Amino acid sequence: MTVLTLIELDGAEPADASLRALTLARTLGDTSVGTVVFADVAAVPTGLLASYGVTDAYVIEPGSVDGYAPQAWARALAGLATETGATAVLAAGTDRGNEVLAHLGAITGLPMAANCTLVTPDGGKTHRLVRHRWAGLLLEDAVMEAPIALFTVATDSVASVSAETPAAIQVHVHKPELAKADLVVRAVESPAGAGGASLATARVVVGGGRGVGGPEGFASLEQLAELLGGVVGVSRVVTSEGWRPHKQQVGQTGTKITPELYLACGISGAIQHIAGCAGAKHIIAINTDPGAPILAHADYAVIGDLHQVIPALVEALRARLR
Amino acid sequence: MEILVCIKRVPTVGGKIAVTPDGQEIDTRASGFSISPHEECAVEEAVQITERDGGSVSVLTLGPEAAIEQLRGALALGAHRAVLLETDGREFGPIATAAAIAAEVRAHPYDLVLLGNEAADTGDYQVGVRLAHELGWPVATGIKNLSVGDGGVVARREYRGVEEAYSLPLPAVVTVKEGINLPRYPSLPGRLRAKRAAVDRSAPEWAGEGLRKEALRVPESSKHQAEVLGSGVDAVPGLVRVLEEMGVLS
Repeated sequence: MTVLTLIELDGAEPADASLRALTLARTLGDTSVGTVVFADVAAVPTGLLASYGVTDAYVIEPGSVDGYAPQAWARALAGLATETGATAVLAAGTDRGNEVLAHLGAITGLPMAANCTLVTPDGGKTHRLVRHRWAGLLLEDAVMEAPIALFTVATDSVASVSAETPAAIQVHVHKPELAKADLVVRAVESPAGAGGASLATARVVVGGGRGVGGPEGFASLEQLAELLGGVVGVSRVVTSEGWRPHKQQVGQTGTKITPELYLACGISGAIQHIAGCAGAKHIIAINTDPGAPILAHADYAVIGDLHQVIPALVEALRARLR
Repeated sequence: MEILVCIKRVPTVGGKIAVTPDGQEIDTRASGFSISPHEECAVEEAVQITERDGGSVSVLTLGPEAAIEQLRGALALGAHRAVLLETDGREFGPIATAAAIAAEVRAHPYDLVLLGNEAADTGDYQVGVRLAHELGWPVATGIKNLSVGDGGVVARREYRGVEEAYSLPLPAVVTVKEGINLPRYPSLPGRLRAKRAAVDRSAPEWAGEGLRKEALRVPESSKHQAEVLGSGVDAVPGLVRVLEEMGVLS
């Protein structure tokens, strides 16, 4: 019996979101913890996977699927699930993870549960699970009856924890049986816009909301983000007003973040925004309104005008560097 | 270009979310309803495409009679025809939803079906993909930029700081995300037209699925009131100390 986890790579290492999924996979109690990696054999991060308790790594060499092709990836997973007699196949609840598992659900005709926080085998073909609705503002208790449980793991609510003892890992190369239609949709990749840390993986995010007042108000937030080695994120009103591009939006319809620190400036804290930042380890709010809902989710708060507090903070941090 | 846009009626949740005593639904006694945000952008995208290249936009929803409100909302934004797949109020799972939409698509010569990447409420992330498999069409998901060319579309999204471009032959299914455009406000003539428009109806069969909802609940909140460090610039020294303790200063 085995449980298979799709591993996305972030450079040479497994993406943190995939390690979180792997941490949940290990709790399913099967004897074999398998992973599926779409990469050259030489590029499989065996050391780190073994430290997460992975006993078998199945490699789909990129030549056979030509980069990221969601339906082809799902077809390969379906073949492997049959070959290994998998009782569950899971992935991180990322754009790719949810997409590939949706294809796998369609290919196999089985249900798929997106963004689970807890999965427990309950005998036979039954799994009990808890999953996100409303981007995590609500939890759904559900029961899945299926010969293979298909699900993705909510990336902001399960921590990545390595195994107590590393596993002895074996690497197997799998050649998928693909139909021509599986390869019709393929990603052609090119560098996107400006580089820099991405919002989803940033260690510090400086957030700006309606209180910033307009596009020019973000200069001091940018300075602060740079000093803290972080990036700027914004609330939905900021993108609807066109002050900042949508890719900087934190929230249910934007990006979910998991930084060490989220510094929310001039953000009242609508629940759709909280859905995006609840995965932050620490939240500090700077707000003129001591009754703002964000204060109920923050660890610390400064009551005041961000246009005064942030420049003063920037100055204090610069003085500290000198 | 004949485009079908699938939308969903969802509660407009504001500052708080609550569940009915039986744990089966969101308590909507105090809330209104709206089109799920990604899908409002799908309607806008379809209207922009047909304004530029000609054709027509049909808008579909699977839901109760009351969801006609959201269909009329989409008509007011510029959609031309509305289809209600009427339910008896029971929640359709993603497999049954995709099957019901596929039946509508097979009955009309659509070139493109647009959906939201995921519904705001159930967040299943799969109806568009399952629909494409039902139809044997290609699909791209999570799209933030769409361009239409001869016989195909190029759909773009970002992944870990890299832009991914997908070329899809038509007919195709594309699921979009907020940010692909900024939806317009409905015009007055648009609203009047929407009010009078006919709505095509059918009632698909409900079917159970292998994933069964037992109950909904609000997560046990880690809610606590923030410790106030002070007011205005006087709070800055305390703030720096807290940042030091958190280990975010190099």
